[in-house]
Amino acid sequence: MRRSTQDSDTSARKVSRRALLLGGAQVAVVAGLGLRMRYMQIVESGKYRMLADENRINIRLIPPARGLIFDRNGILLAGNEQNYSVTIVREDAGDNVRKVLNRLKGLIPITDDDIESTIHEMKRRSPFVPITVADRLSWEDLSRVAVNGPALPGVSPSVGLSRHYPLDKDLAHVVGYVGPVSERDLARYADPDPVLQIPKFQIGKTGVELKLEDQLRGKAGTKQLEVNAVGRVMRELSRTPPTPGDNVQLTINAALQDFLHARLGNEAAASVVMDLSNGDLLAIGSSPSFDPNLFVRGISYKDYDRLLNNDHRPLVDKSVAGTYPPGSTFKIITGMAALEAGKLDPKEIIYCPGYVQLGNRRFHCWKHSGHGKVDLRKSLAQSCDVYYYEVSQRVGIDAISAMARKMGLGERHELPMSAIAAGLAPTKEWKRRVHKRDWLVGDTLNAAIGQGYVLASPLQLAVMAGRIATGRAIQPRLVRSINGVEQPVHPAPPMNFKPFAVDGVRGGLFAVVNGEHGTAHFARIETEGMTMAGKTGTSQVFSITAAERARGLIKNADLPWNRRDHGLFVAFAPFDNPRYALSVVIEHSGGSHPAAAIARDLMLQTLYGGLPPLSAYPAYQRNEIKAAQDALQLRDLAPAPTPARTRA
Amino acid sequence: MSYLEYTVKSVPTGLRKVLYVNWALVILLFTVCAVGFLMLYSVAGGSMEPWAEPQMERFAMGIVVMFAVAFTPIWFWRNMAGAAYLVGLALLVLVMLVGSVGMGAQRWINLGFMRLQPSEVMKIALVMMLAAYYDWLDPKKVSRPFWVLIPVVLIIVPTVLVLKQPDLGTAILLLLGGAVVMFCAGVSLWYFGGVAALGAGLVTLVMMSRGKSWQLLKDYQFKRIDIFLDPGSDPLGAGYHIMQAKIALGSGGWAGRGYLQGTQSRLNFLPEKQTDFIFTTLGEEFGFVGAISLLVLYVLIIAFCISAAMQTKDRFSALLILGVAATFFFYFAVNMAMVMGLAPVVGVPLPLVSYGGSAMLVLLGAFGLVQSAHIHKPRGR
Repeated sequence: MRRSTQDSDTSARKVSRRALLLGGAQVAVVAGLGLRMRYMQIVESGKYRMLADENRINIRLIPPARGLIFDRNGILLAGNEQNYSVTIVREDAGDNVRKVLNRLKGLIPITDDDIESTIHEMKRRSPFVPITVADRLSWEDLSRVAVNGPALPGVSPSVGLSRHYPLDKDLAHVVGYVGPVSERDLARYADPDPVLQIPKFQIGKTGVELKLEDQLRGKAGTKQLEVNAVGRVMRELSRTPPTPGDNVQLTINAALQDFLHARLGNEAAASVVMDLSNGDLLAIGSSPSFDPNLFVRGISYKDYDRLLNNDHRPLVDKSVAGTYPPGSTFKIITGMAALEAGKLDPKEIIYCPGYVQLGNRRFHCWKHSGHGKVDLRKSLAQSCDVYYYEVSQRVGIDAISAMARKMGLGERHELPMSAIAAGLAPTKEWKRRVHKRDWLVGDTLNAAIGQGYVLASPLQLAVMAGRIATGRAIQPRLVRSINGVEQPVHPAPPMNFKPFAVDGVRGGLFAVVNGEHGTAHFARIETEGMTMAGKTGTSQVFSITAAERARGLIKNADLPWNRRDHGLFVAFAPFDNPRYALSVVIEHSGGSHPAAAIARDLMLQTLYGGLPPLSAYPAYQRNEIKAAQDALQLRDLAPAPTPARTRA
Repeated sequence: MSYLEYTVKSVPTGLRKVLYVNWALVILLFTVCAVGFLMLYSVAGGSMEPWAEPQMERFAMGIVVMFAVAFTPIWFWRNMAGAAYLVGLALLVLVMLVGSVGMGAQRWINLGFMRLQPSEVMKIALVMMLAAYYDWLDPKKVSRPFWVLIPVVLIIVPTVLVLKQPDLGTAILLLLGGAVVMFCAGVSLWYFGGVAALGAGLVTLVMMSRGKSWQLLKDYQFKRIDIFLDPGSDPLGAGYHIMQAKIALGSGGWAGRGYLQGTQSRLNFLPEKQTDFIFTTLGEEFGFVGAISLLVLYVLIIAFCISAAMQTKDRFSALLILGVAATFFFYFAVNMAMVMGLAPVVGVPLPLVSYGGSAMLVLLGAFGLVQSAHIHKPRGR
């Protein structure tokens, strides 16, 4: 087929025309693309640049090292221990993760369950995330893993910090312990520190660790990391180091605390030793105790159950949270109340026939045969109940309770410890409010000898002893310094007791221990200048029924343990220049003698700053004491070489 | 005018052909390829492996192909057009039977030394076939319905085969490329207007049916259309990728973040960074300046082609050049619009820059055809 030249020229012109049309359309499209580029890359560039940075920069927190806790001599009570662990990274472990883990099993103590849970965890996470296989390994375990590195692809040893309490049970109730952050912990803070979100971050759960959490925690550092689209860390862009928490120094003397625990042994007991010059608590312990390290590691159900179901209640801090009827130690209060009110003369003689008849009820003295003629000194030395039945009726309960509060009972002493109990100094108004009944004279009589409604903790009893010893309103102190800054000593203003009153009571307390017929005469201190004064107390747990009484007196030793009386003792020394006060409470000890014996040992230990010479004890007891001293298992406590900050 | 009508004397022969090569176009093409190597090196994190080096090898092969095609007389290619089209169709059928599955679609045949994508071959074979058809057809008949129907069938058959793979991007390019050749051949604008109106009407009808009792598509199909049109409505799926692409481009700013400094591509936030989304890395690292420069290079290539097409009086040559140029244009325009969030993500690579052997070879071969037409065009004496 042939076409004319004209035809082909026309068609070529048409093609050119269409080509130009096409070119024009293309120019329009290209212009649109160029404008879009300009809009994105110039107009909106800042927005996209920000989004790009948000994409790639990830801020991670570096946990701070927790502040250390020392005793007054620089002995470490709570430190941070290197925690060796072994981690595995799936993508580095090669094809057979299970084989690597089984090889690891031959080197470190892990179980098949650990291996299964590691593999399970691995499947849930990205292949480059390190998974912890085993925790709290020994240095030897870690070295073995490191040496066998080439045979263990993807496995690497790592080091972190974990709380450790070197004196384990000695300060479990005082220092407390830390544990992983719980929902409840987070709820406590209105604006929780982001560091709390770090997995496995440890926070104070009880005691000083809890109460001084803000000081001990420190501030988290940050590192800016560049991450890729799947979250793998590519490099570190910048780093702000964490600020370690403040170090805390307690007033506790760790050696004395250790002695206290050794001496209380397995009794359900508590004791508090206080320095009267400044209120420092030198020792404050509750036994039996527990190892706080168990809680840091995550206590097993079995261990926890054992602690919870123990009838000696090791988890309860009996020194501040335990409240007991103070028994005869309360006679100090009743006596002071009557003397201060002018209703009693120290020399006044009150006759004790062994009981007081009140209406149709008879209130017995502990000595049923009666004490005969009793003055203030004798009433304390021999702990005559009838004397206090009489004087309590003269002053009334409200004056007695007012005196109790003045002496530090019935109100909380603020210390950075958990569950501090207020005790109870009852009044008429209180009984009407709480029990909806009127106060009876019988209630006053019971209260006069520290029974009935009156309740006090060992801490309060020690404060009471300190206040009667010095005549000043001493307050206990537990924290000596934070971050090297001395904490203020609470003011101890004079209580302005009438001299004859306070001297009279003190004289009675002297006679309790040093008088020939004193209830704690056996517990005297022979060393000159270290004379101890004190007061025994026995508090009934169950009132003996009339039927039991009819059968004759039941000896405490014949009762089951949990029905025996509590034994109490409060003391101060030296008598002439009181420096230390203490209290000892032993649950169900059946009487006050064990408490008095422990109180003397503690007092001597405090006065001598170590085991006392046998000459401090009455000659006839020395052999026995020697044997007891030798049997005691005490720690060898050397002050930490550098009580300085540790860094992570 | 047909090549039989002019003397062979007016056509360069032997080594003289080298003088008649459109060297400016060659330099432009090489420059764009070089940009490709640069970007492939960058997205691999500053490494020749795994993309830049194979791409260079394909490029070397492509140069040989291009000049071999260019020095072969254009009338040979016109005679081969029908064969090329049939081979293309055969390959498309073959790939459906024995092709390898990749990215959820059956797209390539393994030839041993390279993986051939028949759909790439078809883009050029279709343009050749249509150009030859209109060269043969009396220009007076181009708008008659029967003679319009024939090229429409020629376009529809491969398009349907490609859609079956499924490869929406290539199907669109085939459709548009074929339509451009028909447009340039002078087919009446009424046909184009009619098809456009019909298409628009159909789409409107379908979209209007949504939520009505006579709904034409299922709900999940509408949902898929929504995401296709607006990836932002699916921020964790398709929307995530397009958003990351926009962040990469936008964060480049005026002059870019510097070569090898693009965080979006280096940290793997970008999807398909070596193929469909390579332009975003260019925009991130070289900024607006770099992006607009590449666009200008592309525009210059198109301009040279259109100018060459207007200079030749040979109907086959002109239509072939325009078809190749249009296909090339649709390649980069759709790709750029896609990564800038102006068009749905349909899977079209950036020509000569994205990693891909078939596309590189076929495009260089196609420009070989353009050169052949340019070299062998009748030069009146």
